[in-house]
Amino acid sequence: MIAHDFSVLLPEILLSLFAMGALLVGVYTGKDRLAPMLVWVTSGVLVLLAFWVGVSGPANQTAFGGLFIDDAFARFAKVMILISAAVVLLMSQGYMERRGILRFEYPLLVALAVVGMMVMVSSGNLMTLYMGLELQSLALYVVASLRRDSIKSTEAGLKYFVLGALSSGLLLYGASLTYGFAGTTSFTGIIQAAQGETPLGLLFGLVFISSGLAFKVSAAPFHMWTPDVYEGAPTPVTAFFATAPKVAAMGLFARVVHDAFGGVTGDWQQIVAALSLASMFLGAVAAIGQNDIKRLMAYSSINHMGFALMGLAAGTAFGVEAMLVYMAIYVTMNIGTFAFILSMEKNGQPVVSIAALSNFSRVEPTKALAMLVLMFSMAGVPPLVGFFGKYYVLTAAVDAGLGWLAVLGVIASAIAAYYYLRIVYLMYFGEETDGLDGGTHPVLWGVLVVSALIMVVGVVNLFGVDGAAAVAAQTLVD
Amino acid sequence: MDSLISIVVFIPLLAAVILALFLRGDDDAANRNAKWLALLATAASFVLSLLILAQFEPGAGFQMVEEYEWIGGLTYKVGVDGISVLFVMLTTFLMPLVILSAWEVKTRVKEYMIAFLVLETLMLGVFVALDLILFYLFFEGGLIPMFLIIGIWGGANRIYAAFKFFLYTFLGSVLMLVAMLGMYVDAGTTDIPALLAHEFSYGTVSLAGVQVVGGLQTLLWLAFFASFAVKMPMWPVHTWLPDAHVQAPTAGSVVLAAILLKLGGYGFIRFSLPMFPVASEMLSPMVLWLSAIAIVYTSLVALAQQDMKKLIAYSSVAHMGYVTAGIFSANQQGLDGAIFQMISHGFISGGLFLCVGVIYDRMHTRDIDGYGGLVNRMPAYALIFMLFTMANVGLPGTSGFVGEFLTLMGMFQANTWVALVATSGVILSAAYGLWLYRRVVMGDLIKESLRSIKDLTPREKWVFAPLAVMTILLGVYPSLVTDIVGPSVAGLLDTYETALDEAGLMTGNAVAEAAH
Repeated sequence: MIAHDFSVLLPEILLSLFAMGALLVGVYTGKDRLAPMLVWVTSGVLVLLAFWVGVSGPANQTAFGGLFIDDAFARFAKVMILISAAVVLLMSQGYMERRGILRFEYPLLVALAVVGMMVMVSSGNLMTLYMGLELQSLALYVVASLRRDSIKSTEAGLKYFVLGALSSGLLLYGASLTYGFAGTTSFTGIIQAAQGETPLGLLFGLVFISSGLAFKVSAAPFHMWTPDVYEGAPTPVTAFFATAPKVAAMGLFARVVHDAFGGVTGDWQQIVAALSLASMFLGAVAAIGQNDIKRLMAYSSINHMGFALMGLAAGTAFGVEAMLVYMAIYVTMNIGTFAFILSMEKNGQPVVSIAALSNFSRVEPTKALAMLVLMFSMAGVPPLVGFFGKYYVLTAAVDAGLGWLAVLGVIASAIAAYYYLRIVYLMYFGEETDGLDGGTHPVLWGVLVVSALIMVVGVVNLFGVDGAAAVAAQTLVD
Repeated sequence: MDSLISIVVFIPLLAAVILALFLRGDDDAANRNAKWLALLATAASFVLSLLILAQFEPGAGFQMVEEYEWIGGLTYKVGVDGISVLFVMLTTFLMPLVILSAWEVKTRVKEYMIAFLVLETLMLGVFVALDLILFYLFFEGGLIPMFLIIGIWGGANRIYAAFKFFLYTFLGSVLMLVAMLGMYVDAGTTDIPALLAHEFSYGTVSLAGVQVVGGLQTLLWLAFFASFAVKMPMWPVHTWLPDAHVQAPTAGSVVLAAILLKLGGYGFIRFSLPMFPVASEMLSPMVLWLSAIAIVYTSLVALAQQDMKKLIAYSSVAHMGYVTAGIFSANQQGLDGAIFQMISHGFISGGLFLCVGVIYDRMHTRDIDGYGGLVNRMPAYALIFMLFTMANVGLPGTSGFVGEFLTLMGMFQANTWVALVATSGVILSAAYGLWLYRRVVMGDLIKESLRSIKDLTPREKWVFAPLAVMTILLGVYPSLVTDIVGPSVAGLLDTYETALDEAGLMTGNAVAEAAH
């Protein structure tokens, strides 16, 4: 029995063992000199695990009496998390090395955060949920303040930590209320208690858990940390924040509302719809005034989370499918965009000001074109793939009778289109070149171009992501 | 040739991809190659589209249909019927001329050609799409190349114009997207022929305390209206058009006026009228009056313009007023006339913008006061400009007359008062058109700067010749269009009236009925 339990958890266990083993090796040998190699090895391990999780054996197993669930939904999310983390790690290397902040702990912390995320999306119990969440968060707090001599980076780490602790507190409080009224921490138990007329305490628990999770997905009105942390953290770390943890948090959110509170859909639907609406509009409006591209991306990600939550708010299997498709597209777009941001340099120094992009299409036509594709895709303009993400969530919302949310959502997307267009306008319509350096690290160039190509070519069949997402959603919502 | 339509649609895109991937360098040779490849691709697309026309049988419904599975329960389905086939022809016919007219562009030639090629594919896609979401994809996708065309190659105030163009039309269209999703949920399909047969409910519903007469149909109709009215553009949401026109480069203006504006009218005929007949009948008085206001108001505004392009832009809005009024007259003459007017306006407005482009290229001003007496130095130009001005005014013998006459006849049957107001637009259009012509072309050549202006080059003549031929040909032999359009329109009206009968509404007094 134990052997079976461990075998279900094997990917997570192996990744933890790898991280700890590599840590020991790093400490006793070359320390930071090993870092570049460690980055590549960690990425390799993550990709291998993604492959393994993606293709191995039968899904739908539980371990440790339902504490840990390994189903198609968890696998879908894990593959996304692992691959995006691997790509972001590779993108970080050149940038961090030149800034002298590539410490050997960085890839290992990322690996540990990934373990936490994998546990999050697989959790079948409030305890595992919290364990995964904290493992992820603690690792992220540290990488946010990786640049120790920079006040902004330290501030970002501290801010993230304090607000993260607050959100964990909210979540724990909700978990304890839920436990008190349901008499169990396991999702299978909670869903039996939360049917029909729900006790008020359970509802309070639901609200607090949702708030805690909303912090993690940076949904408005729990988004305050996002712009500051995005701005302060070193750019590769920001790229990481914008991708894998978002997938994990959304996955966890879906897991909790469907596995634990699937019997009271109407009760959480309104919470999620409100979060979605607030995020879409805040992300759309607040980004307009930003001049720092990292802050802009922070608001952009808030806006996108609003759309992803719209899929979740539908409360149906199709809604979850839409959310997963949306997240897959979002992550791909964001990785490409951050590859571009990482390559923005002037005289070898990183630049984050949007104005610096002026007339960039003259300097680097290919990169500018790739960024143009990504920006239009982010804005959700067809025929690019970004549109299909919006198409899925909007269909799910309309299908579930949330027509009003869909109407308001598209209005928000029209507002948000403005700031994506602004980047295009600066790159293409400008008169004078601002002197951003040409020439890019080949990894960044490759990632940028590939992700832009995916946005164009994906129109043909979305690379089959929708089919896998449908299967995943079906296992989550029976 | 089973996939003839797809081939016609995607040839330009293929050429664009080839240009983007394989053409290197920015020297003269590279630019020349880019232009020739673009011309070749658009010409090939035109020649192949002639085959579509040759195979086409009027009145036989959707033809040459291709259907493939696609993502998320969608299908890639294209085909043509009597309503769309002529718009396909219009587009493929005009695009080689547009490319030819942009022959002298100097900056970023390769990108310019790519933008137009991509735009052609997207515009053709709109007309042939037989799947709702596919239609939206093409409809909305056209914004990207147009945004770049205005923004990169436009005039002094291009950035404002590009943003206004994009955001205005984007906001209009996304509402349509929600309506499309609503239709999908209601009918369970995104297939346009199936949706044409589907009956959307029209029972009064209560929405947030407001009684919506016509129910779902009205809501969907309004969402589509938001998009098509902006695209058309109808008064009072036309304000993006003059800005976009003035700032766009000549070729961009031609595409905008000749083809992009027709997307709105096509949408009305393809979706609003047949799919939501009850709502259309109920709201048609509003559309008719908005159109009448547009015709008179924008004609008056055109009179006051100093900028030639702006004047023609306002005249376009006025002419589109005839189209919308013709469509929502919902009778054979009105609809035939509306389609005819759109096709003919494609040639005429294209010709007029090219006329402005000719002298703008020479003098770099669009100010009417900057010209005068051009007939002395440019006799050929004066002749061709006169032809298009007269066609724009609606002189019998030109295509402009047929369109206006048919739509007015349709309007007269639907609502005599609207027809009365709209007819005054004919006089006004003569006023601003002839006045513009007099100020630019007639009189003595006084201005020093104009003394050395050159007449049309052979290239320019080649661009104008096909347009002039089509304008006159359609003017003297309108059956070329109506024979193809007629049967499809008759079929459309048939189902339209059946639907109204079933709903217990008699054409004409629908509003009174629905209000009870």
